[in-house]
Amino acid sequence: MSAIDENHLHADPGIEGHHPHHGAAVGAAAAGPLQRERATTIFQKGAPGRRAFVCPPLDVPEPDAESVLPARLRRSQPARLPEVSEPEIVRHYVSLSKRNFDLDSGFYPLGSCTMKHNPRLHERAAALPGHARLHPLQDAERAQGALELMFNLQGALAEIAGLPHVSLQPSAGSHGELAGMLLTRAYHEDRGGRSGIGQPHKVLTPDTAHGTNPATVTMAGLEVVKLATNPDGGIDLDDLRAKADSDVACLMLTNPNTLGLFDRNIQEIAAIVHGVGATLYYDGANLNAVMGLSRPGDMGFDIVHFNLHKSFTQPHGGGGPGAGPIAVSERIAPYLPRPVVTRSADGVFALDHGAGDGAAKSIGRLRGFHGNYGCFVRSYAYICSLGADGLKDASEVAVLNANYLLARLREKGVAEHLPLAYGELCMHEFVLSGGPMKRDLKIKTLDLAKRLLDFGFHPPTVYFPLLVDEALMIEPTETETKETLDAFAEAIAQILAEAAEDPQIALDAPYSTPVRRLDEEA
Amino acid sequence: MLAAVGVSSVQEIFERQIPEGVRLDRELDLPQGLSEQEVFAHLSELAARNVSAEDELSFLGAGMYDHYVPAIVDMLTERSEFLTPYTPYQPEISQGGLQVMFEYQTAICELTGLPVSNASTYEGPSAVAAAAYLAKLHNSRRKLVASAGLHPHALQTLRTLARGYGMEVVEVPLATGVAGGATDVGAWTAAIDAETSAAIFAQPNFYGAVEDAAVLSAAAKDAAGPVVIAQADPIALGVLAPPGDCGVDVCVGEGQPLGNRLDFGGPSFGFFAAREEYLRRMPGRIAGETVDVDGRRGFVLTLQTREQHIRREKATSNICTAQALNALAGVVYLAWLGRRGIVELGELLLARTHYARETLGALAGVEKLHEQPVVREFALRLTTPEGAAADVDAIRRRCLERGVNPGVDVHELTGRGQDRGVLLVAITEKRSRADIDRLAQALGAAVAGERDGAAAGSEPVAQTAVVA
Repeated sequence: MSAIDENHLHADPGIEGHHPHHGAAVGAAAAGPLQRERATTIFQKGAPGRRAFVCPPLDVPEPDAESVLPARLRRSQPARLPEVSEPEIVRHYVSLSKRNFDLDSGFYPLGSCTMKHNPRLHERAAALPGHARLHPLQDAERAQGALELMFNLQGALAEIAGLPHVSLQPSAGSHGELAGMLLTRAYHEDRGGRSGIGQPHKVLTPDTAHGTNPATVTMAGLEVVKLATNPDGGIDLDDLRAKADSDVACLMLTNPNTLGLFDRNIQEIAAIVHGVGATLYYDGANLNAVMGLSRPGDMGFDIVHFNLHKSFTQPHGGGGPGAGPIAVSERIAPYLPRPVVTRSADGVFALDHGAGDGAAKSIGRLRGFHGNYGCFVRSYAYICSLGADGLKDASEVAVLNANYLLARLREKGVAEHLPLAYGELCMHEFVLSGGPMKRDLKIKTLDLAKRLLDFGFHPPTVYFPLLVDEALMIEPTETETKETLDAFAEAIAQILAEAAEDPQIALDAPYSTPVRRLDEEA
Repeated sequence: MLAAVGVSSVQEIFERQIPEGVRLDRELDLPQGLSEQEVFAHLSELAARNVSAEDELSFLGAGMYDHYVPAIVDMLTERSEFLTPYTPYQPEISQGGLQVMFEYQTAICELTGLPVSNASTYEGPSAVAAAAYLAKLHNSRRKLVASAGLHPHALQTLRTLARGYGMEVVEVPLATGVAGGATDVGAWTAAIDAETSAAIFAQPNFYGAVEDAAVLSAAAKDAAGPVVIAQADPIALGVLAPPGDCGVDVCVGEGQPLGNRLDFGGPSFGFFAAREEYLRRMPGRIAGETVDVDGRRGFVLTLQTREQHIRREKATSNICTAQALNALAGVVYLAWLGRRGIVELGELLLARTHYARETLGALAGVEKLHEQPVVREFALRLTTPEGAAADVDAIRRRCLERGVNPGVDVHELTGRGQDRGVLLVAITEKRSRADIDRLAQALGAAVAGERDGAAAGSEPVAQTAVVA
């Protein structure tokens, strides 16, 4: 796991991208924009004594080293950090950046991840010193702007969810899920007056659920019970009725679900779940389909998490940061994590740590300080920019774009090899099955994905949801143009045509990337 | 586009899929949208109503610190290629991000003296709770022994999440008297038994004291062999003995001091390093080295069978999106500091913090809370003439009027009775000797003023003009 102890470099054939059998095919694809060069870590660069940092001068009397920090508590050798100059650091990381594909460079239809454009206004606003250099323990009366922003964001999210109470604290979607499961436990324990044996402890999760759902259930000390999917792609109501009993604490649901389908039976599902006293949890990963059009609270959900980095456009940063605020119904509100932001009658904002009687029921704190405020600034800016009508427009265009892309793929005959797994129309994303393609054209979904890299597209989410054979999950988002969707459909059609001629082209792809297929088992 | 889809309107797509009963039949009750310049003006106006570390002389710390962030951190984290990709699921077009993770992990291993690191967790306190979960997976014991020297947010987070894990948290007090300020080794050893899954301490602790990590680790191991977890400050690790060398099994902490903004508390990142035997129970992403079909060196997300998207309810953690961009800032910052710079910075902090502690501790009505070594933060006890705890809130307000934010009211954060009158002061390289002297003046005057005010029956004191 360490770059330091490496004493060898793997043999590197250099920068040539030539492939003996398929040179012509490679040439037909879009030229790869990413740098192909030998990977060298920052630890392998530089020279002893080289540096970027200049330490401010010692302006206080030099203390006796031993009395300030005894030798037995000190490091005997400096940490082996790089010894590099500023220009070397800049060149190294700029060169690494050119080995990344990113949303600003091209289409990124990664299903369930909502890779929509990140307006640069948000970065500028978040970098204002009044936001970026505000200490989290600044006194509330000296942080009124930040608290007002959080209060307004809480209000906007509550309205979008259709649930009255919001905590901004969770750091990401899965952290919001964990909050939701702990809230569910607290709710049942409070109602039942006891914890442990006899309490509802089962959490129903559809077999289409994101992996974070079952993982979260386990971390919250609850037990996963899987629900089957019906032929329409929704929850199998018979299976739900059979499993819904007094041991059930919660049903976790994504709606629209990971097949890109809105579960039409949602009201009945809510009635069954509430009928046994359980809570209904909404995984907000797919909220981008329904903003201003349908609200989880109105569907009967008790707890919702938002992925601010999805529907409310945070740059994904190559794997974070994000934020996962939650909204809850009245009956769950007493258990919310603290602190929450409040406004007094005279318009003063405060952080309510729950010093009063209500605090006893709070599940407590989930992290340090108040949440990922920098993300709140960006998502608040987004909500201010779009407003009520704009949020609705965003969801409408997201759904239109997904349906248009689906239609274009059908038109191009792609459906023969990559049929839609469920339904006819879709919401903001759709799932194709690569099963027929694998059978007839002898290439798998993975091969199609790797070949798409040569066409300059980020592949869709692959092999998820698990119940679809060779799944491809495609989410174009509302910020893509018709031209981009057409080009993507064309690329898929071309890859299938190419595979019909010679499957080896896809099997050996990609050709134009900084590295070719990697051994991921190593 | 509608014709291609085969519908007459966008509404039809929704009407055919969403039952009428759950369709919103009104517009959201939110303001209408604004132009870019209007939004920027609004957010600027909100920013202007915050007093940032630029607007006052701030000695706030307690978990997040106003260190200098070099310009190259902004320049590199703002690059589209790092800013806008998702988690590197397609390694062939994510070599930049994956190699950054690999280099970041290497830097964290170097700082902590432990052989494996993940690519980041959310932030410091939740990283402590994640480490406790690793201990539970490792030994299935049910008790967590935690020093009272942990950051109060870490203790609170640990309690919240341990409840989910079905674990109990036992808090060990700090020692008092001459050896006070550090974890009470006797109580620590006594609290650890065969049911103890993990023993957790902070380095330095919340009150600034450098703990004897080797003594705490050895005592824990001798007692019952729990997983020893340290929550460490990464800047202090530039000069302190690496936890891994002191017998610590898992070292986690708050990464904000490494090139990340204050951001009113987030986003930052949590680091997470461990001994090799815990590798398969680590939470989150881990980048590893491999080769492509041509034998060319490359990087991939490795050991994914631990993770939620593969392992589902049997995963070692539910974490998915973490803090990749913040970790990038961390590794760029560490490369910028470099092998010598991190030591020089640490020595400067030691010297200035020592100077500040001695200077402030010599003021009337101000004493050092403890005599343990400190790196860049220390606690003071403010007293009344009778020796009781002074009103920290009132004293802080007097300092604020002079444009000096003297630090954190510890009681407000911990709620512990013995923390009444305690002020926590942080010194970064941005606080010069002149700044520290100005703090001494402000604090001295404030404590004296409060004493005089109290003696005179709490008469209002003449206000000093605000100097920002």
